[in-house]
Amino acid sequence: MNNFKIILNGIVKENPTFVLLLGMCPTLGTTSSAINGMSMGLATMFVLILSNLIISLIKNLIPDMVRIPSYIVVIASLVTILQMVMQAYVPDIYATLGLFIPLIVVNCIILGRAESFAAKNNPLASICDGIGIGIGFTLALTLLGAVREFLGTGAVFGFTLQGENYGMLLFVLAPGAFIALGYLIAIVNKMRAQ
Amino acid sequence: MEYILIFITAIFVNNIVLSQFLGICPFLGVSKKVSTASGMGAAVTFVLVLATIVTYLIQHYVLNPNGLQYLQTIAFILVIAALVQMVEIILKKVSPSLYQALGVFLPLITTNCCILGVAILVIQKDYDLLQGIVYATSTALGFALAMVVFAGLREQLQFSKVPKVFDGMPIALITAGLLAMAFMGFSGVDGGLSRLFGL
Repeated sequence: MNNFKIILNGIVKENPTFVLLLGMCPTLGTTSSAINGMSMGLATMFVLILSNLIISLIKNLIPDMVRIPSYIVVIASLVTILQMVMQAYVPDIYATLGLFIPLIVVNCIILGRAESFAAKNNPLASICDGIGIGIGFTLALTLLGAVREFLGTGAVFGFTLQGENYGMLLFVLAPGAFIALGYLIAIVNKMRAQ
Repeated sequence: MEYILIFITAIFVNNIVLSQFLGICPFLGVSKKVSTASGMGAAVTFVLVLATIVTYLIQHYVLNPNGLQYLQTIAFILVIAALVQMVEIILKKVSPSLYQALGVFLPLITTNCCILGVAILVIQKDYDLLQGIVYATSTALGFALAMVVFAGLREQLQFSKVPKVFDGMPIALITAGLLAMAFMGFSGVDGGLSRLFGL
């Protein structure tokens, strides 16, 4: 499999949100608007690419017995770096995403890719896998955020497309997250069946 | 009174799953039957309270005095992973029957984000140890409540005819949305209670 195919695979065939159904907490919790969803996706992508790279570089040094704890330490260190960088350069976004930034550590997508891809492949392929899955996750979160923001407030990325009176506030609140994601997965199922 | 307020708010008003979106993976993953859902709820309650106590002590007696706050994420996740392992070993030795009931769920709990989430929230909200314990217990009970109610709904869902594209996860998510809407009925209760208690 060449590297371009690996990237495409992560975006379409193994899309983490719509196909593998992994990492649901940040997917539902941070997509109240398109920009929040996109920031969360990019933050996760940063950790995913670097963790895939580091783990595929050190995979032969780690004894099999302690591999999961070692992966978690690598991921937690990367998340700590991300926390510091975001606090310094984009404090507003850091404040909105709040708790979900440290919780990237327990995002099952990252540990899942480390175990199922990076531990078996060379560094370059692992980076491509990180990019692909990262883009797939970011696209899914941005799409869900845009749908919720449009239905909830009549705007997308903060640009008003429809008067505020048409918004159904429910979609910005918690129940709307579940319902919007349910419908989006159903639509993706329909498209894949054809 | 303050403890009752924390208790009610954490279970109903700010339910950990349905309004804060923590612990969604087990909520969607092991909620097909009421019996497994209640087992998972019990296991999470047990570990969550223990983990909150241990991480609270680590934050206040190890990290803070040494100025190591930036190690919070790494320290907490390692402590939780070690704690889950230890609980598993001790339960196996001390109470095999409880181990039989909770055993399968324990390894899953390390990557359950509500454990790490609550541990960090207790530090962020500046609770003292007793408040933290009350908060952790009630959050875990809220998690168990949401799991069991949702599993009950999904058991009934098996008997209904669902359009093919909605089968499985989509209809489960929409059901969860309706359940979250029902829990929204509790919003404002915390404000009323704190007025009642004069806090």
